[in-house]
Amino acid sequence: MEILVCARRVPDTSENEITLNSAGNDIERDELVYSINEPDNYAVEEALQIVARVGGKVTVATVGGEDDEEILRREMAMGANQGVLITDAAFEGSDGRGIAAILKAFVQKGNYDLILTGVQAEAGGAQVGGMLAAMLDYPFASLVNSIEVLDGRKLKISREIEGGNKEISEMDLPCVLSVQTGINEPRYVGMKGIRAVASVPIPTYGAGELGLEASTVGAAAAKVKRVDYFVPALGKGAEMLNGSREENIEKLLELLAAKGGLK
Amino acid sequence: MARIFAFITHRSGVPDDTAAELAAAARKIDPAASPIAVVTGQGPDLESVCSALRATYAEVWKISGYVFSHSNAESIRKALVKVIPAGSVVLAAHEHFGIDLAPGLSVKLSAAYVPDALGIEGLDGNHLKVVRQEFGGQISSHVRCEISSGAVLTIRPGAFKPQENASLAGNVVDKSAEVGALTAGRRYLQTILAEAGDVDITKHAVLVSIGRGIQEKDNIGIAQELADVLGAAVSCSRPVVDAKWLEKSRQVGSSGKTVKPKVYLACGISGAFQHLAGIKGNPFIVAINKNAKAPIFQVADVGIVDDLLEFVPELTNKVRELRGITAK
Repeated sequence: MEILVCARRVPDTSENEITLNSAGNDIERDELVYSINEPDNYAVEEALQIVARVGGKVTVATVGGEDDEEILRREMAMGANQGVLITDAAFEGSDGRGIAAILKAFVQKGNYDLILTGVQAEAGGAQVGGMLAAMLDYPFASLVNSIEVLDGRKLKISREIEGGNKEISEMDLPCVLSVQTGINEPRYVGMKGIRAVASVPIPTYGAGELGLEASTVGAAAAKVKRVDYFVPALGKGAEMLNGSREENIEKLLELLAAKGGLK
Repeated sequence: MARIFAFITHRSGVPDDTAAELAAAARKIDPAASPIAVVTGQGPDLESVCSALRATYAEVWKISGYVFSHSNAESIRKALVKVIPAGSVVLAAHEHFGIDLAPGLSVKLSAAYVPDALGIEGLDGNHLKVVRQEFGGQISSHVRCEISSGAVLTIRPGAFKPQENASLAGNVVDKSAEVGALTAGRRYLQTILAEAGDVDITKHAVLVSIGRGIQEKDNIGIAQELADVLGAAVSCSRPVVDAKWLEKSRQVGSSGKTVKPKVYLACGISGAFQHLAGIKGNPFIVAINKNAKAPIFQVADVGIVDDLLEFVPELTNKVRELRGITAK
């Protein structure tokens, strides 16, 4: 089975406090710790496990710039056969639709049976996989939390629905699935593994190679544009306890007693 | 102004709570809007859903057929593309079905797509200004969406306040004949219900809930000890289940359990909306988190910026001391 995983390098929200920059027009990007988008890493692990069962090859592709090579190498160190960087100045400012159009052009250069994405990235859109599938006229399922390969070019998949319930479906290949976190336990990648793939060439594809008109992608084609970031003022906000740890514990115990937390 | 449609999900013959929220969102886009509800399904369940929606929507489009007996986003998308006119605005709830349906629907309608809208700040010509959240709710953004060729928006459940006492007595229009036969590359097989776990977190008045901040499995004992002295249970957010440190039955959130405790101690939980969706009944929420920007502090009653791995054991000791004193 030929599997393509579409991945992204993102600021790691578990490692960073996201704040507004001093100009107030962007987030503070200095000193952000970047990593592979966590659901994408689960998608790569899932692809590797499928290939271990039924054979095939795993390609990891990202739309981005030179800095994004690091996640491709990380996923190659996990076991992906190939990393591909899809990059072009014309791609800058693409909205979700633009990214899906770029990926569609890339998919059509290959012969993939299965395309995986992580369920969502840092902007919480959960959109590119579903758009890509519709553009290719492939079946699609989101929030996938198990994948079983059946005979006759079919999959049996499970989706995470409400209340911890699972919806089981059969899918025809080729198809696109967006993978939920927790589907597997992604393997550990050590520095040694990353060093081993440090000099493996990473092919790049631009608008020309993909036959994309610059007007169909990038900022010019984007119907959805971010105007600004701002600090949300949702809800009333918590009463913050700003004393020493001991003082905070004293105060918290008083409050808990009043609210029925100390029976 | 383009017509606004709201795709309504339902279960057991009852429209989802988001049905009225989508109508509220439609009026935020255009105060004069008379949004049209669209429902797919079959049999008596579909009839009762349509009937219930007449109070909130002046027009309800019904699409009936065996193929819609289970929510298959691919079939439903194909049906919607046949009945919804080009240039329309289509709303759906941003939950597991909306995520399945909406991105592909926007492609097939050649419409713009804005996922997970929390607020709508109005229409300026052909541009709709929408409020979203990014980075797990740590920061918000405004996006401008060009809607001249239509738009699809998914709406965050709970973000739009429905109009009370709606009583429109709307018309139900049967659109089934316009849809015709549909094929799909994805076929529903069955639904598997969640397994019951060792502890039923929905039955506890006090929950000590842990998130990514617990850092490793061996640290869960810290939360369990506090829960033990408080007579509470340990629950958790998604990353703890993803890491296989606790069973799925301990997870609070839209894809886990809905809990209604009196007191909820959120320890090292950032507060993603999917997690908050599982906390009902307006409990007293205490948030302990190292990250002062964590969105949990926006919804908590009391917040403490501290490392739970140090704070919680000291809290546990204090409760033990207190218990010792009161026992005398």
